[in-house]
Amino acid sequence: MLAYIIQRVFQSIVVLLLVGLVAFSMFRFVGDPIDNMLGQERTGADIARLRTQLGLDQPFPVQYYKFLSNAVQGNFGVSYRQGRPVSQIIAERAPATLELAAVSAVLAISFGVVLGVFTAIRRNGVAANLIMSASLIGVSLPTFLIGILLIYLFAVELGWLPSFGRGDVVDLGWWSTGFLTASGLKALILPAITLALFQMTLIMRLVRSEMLEVLRQDYIRFARARGLRDRSIYFRHALKNTMVPVITVVGLQLGAIIAFAIITETVFQWPGVGLLFINAIQFVDIPVMAAYLMLISVMFVGINLLVDILYYFIDPRLRVDRTAAAK
Amino acid sequence: MQNTALLTVENLCVEIPTRRGILKPVDDVSLQIAPGEILGVVGESGAGKSMTGNAVIGLLDPPAHISGGQVLLNGKRVDNLPREQMRRVRGKQIGMVFQDPLTSLNPLLPIGDQLVETIQEHLPVSQREARDRAVAALDEVGIPAASSRIDSYPHEFSGGMRQRVVIALALCAEPDLVIADEPTTALDVSVQAQIISLLKKLCRERGTGVMLVTHDMGVIAEASDRVAVMYAGRLAEIGPVRQVLTDPQHPYTAGLMGSTPGASLGRRRLNQIPGTMPGLNAVPDGCAYHPRCPRAEAKCRAEPRPPVSGSASCWFPGEVKI
Repeated sequence: MLAYIIQRVFQSIVVLLLVGLVAFSMFRFVGDPIDNMLGQERTGADIARLRTQLGLDQPFPVQYYKFLSNAVQGNFGVSYRQGRPVSQIIAERAPATLELAAVSAVLAISFGVVLGVFTAIRRNGVAANLIMSASLIGVSLPTFLIGILLIYLFAVELGWLPSFGRGDVVDLGWWSTGFLTASGLKALILPAITLALFQMTLIMRLVRSEMLEVLRQDYIRFARARGLRDRSIYFRHALKNTMVPVITVVGLQLGAIIAFAIITETVFQWPGVGLLFINAIQFVDIPVMAAYLMLISVMFVGINLLVDILYYFIDPRLRVDRTAAAK
Repeated sequence: MQNTALLTVENLCVEIPTRRGILKPVDDVSLQIAPGEILGVVGESGAGKSMTGNAVIGLLDPPAHISGGQVLLNGKRVDNLPREQMRRVRGKQIGMVFQDPLTSLNPLLPIGDQLVETIQEHLPVSQREARDRAVAALDEVGIPAASSRIDSYPHEFSGGMRQRVVIALALCAEPDLVIADEPTTALDVSVQAQIISLLKKLCRERGTGVMLVTHDMGVIAEASDRVAVMYAGRLAEIGPVRQVLTDPQHPYTAGLMGSTPGASLGRRRLNQIPGTMPGLNAVPDGCAYHPRCPRAEAKCRAEPRPPVSGSASCWFPGEVKI
């Protein structure tokens, strides 16, 4: 178990180093930062001074090493546009995105699993077929369109919910939360649904097909032949067996929820890191882009590591095989 | 006989509606099992043996369904019970052992949990007592060090051991009848005999009736008291095992015996039965076996099909020898 985790952590570090290389390359290849920082009225001496000051005259590996060691310490440099440390900007914006992503993930997973099990059990039922047809809409409509439709219906026509922004937030010092105010919660509803809908339908369809597959297995027939109750057969015997593939996909989708948040945040003008990233692209604010890239990759890698460890607890067969292989 | 029988199957028919018409995988089958008796059911693949077993325990996969006849357990009809009542019959009164022990245990639950769950479903016992019973059940089927292995997962057992666990699971709520659907087919030859003698021993001790579905004549000869031979969904012959094996009345039984190594004495070439069993969508008129039968006459090709006279469904019983 321990050897397995160490091995996975090591792989994760390699992935992060590679992503760091890509993020760092942006500094060198997406325009010249000197050009961006000095205006038209520059002299050769200015350029040389700034180049030395920023360490851009040093060889590539040295620069890469400095970038990495700074990044590990949470120092991603100074935003070209705002003139403030990137880490500070991101720390301000991250709570908005993480709260939105967390609510969406909870919505997507809970509704996705419940509806998936339901549509698998009542495979030929009217309700299950309706849900399946409706889920096609969720899978095929693009996120921004769902967001705009929801805004049109609930904000413009009905006027129940706000169409943009995060509402009032409570500042807890290191974290600003929208969970504690009525306007914050109201503002969360539409973006959370928008972000969750695609993931929910995806999880639902996956759980359904995995359930149908598992329900055909011999051990389910044997469980029926032993006279076990439907509830036990579906939830104790079948659902658990669908969990390994479902958790794999859910893990990847959690990363996607944070990444897709860019679109939802743009549609709802949600003040999170996604919106920050879009604005950074418009102004070629490379330190912010690089930091965002690193942040997302750390989350992806972290979630995947967690998923790999979860397999262990779900499937006893992996415990034996992997430890034997690790020896 | 009618009153003492544990299981009575009368004129059972199973139908599967398909786009190309209705298939009849079980067609007018009648048989009985007395308490403590082992009835072997043999036939080729697709002869309807397993389908008969599934129909008795009420586990036909839709769209297959019972379309006629009845199934009586201890004199009470069970084929038309509501879903929930039939669930209580399964496990408690009718147990079932499946073919492949590698796939019939849930891989993610320790075997003890699966046993305890089944015991508590059917018997009013506490968690602790159920666990004690589970250990006893494993002990009975010959799992060494049962009390320490009860928390093991299925993949930690060999195939033969897993089939013992499956038998323990099928018997743990002490059913009156066990349907064993090819219980040894997926096992090593060396383990087959052990499993069969275990099944036989446990059922003898408890007076449990067994429907032993198999295509292995050796298993039938070894284990069963009586034997039913099925062909194309119909009963070809039924009778005491010694009589059917040594003096078969139906030409198909004779053909089966002639093509089984070791079933007859002496060294000789094995006989083959020419042709193959008809598909369910092309069962011939009259006796289903007539296209392959050496004794067939015009009478065999025409309706009505031969009635069961004596032990065999044949117009000329006993005329074809092994």
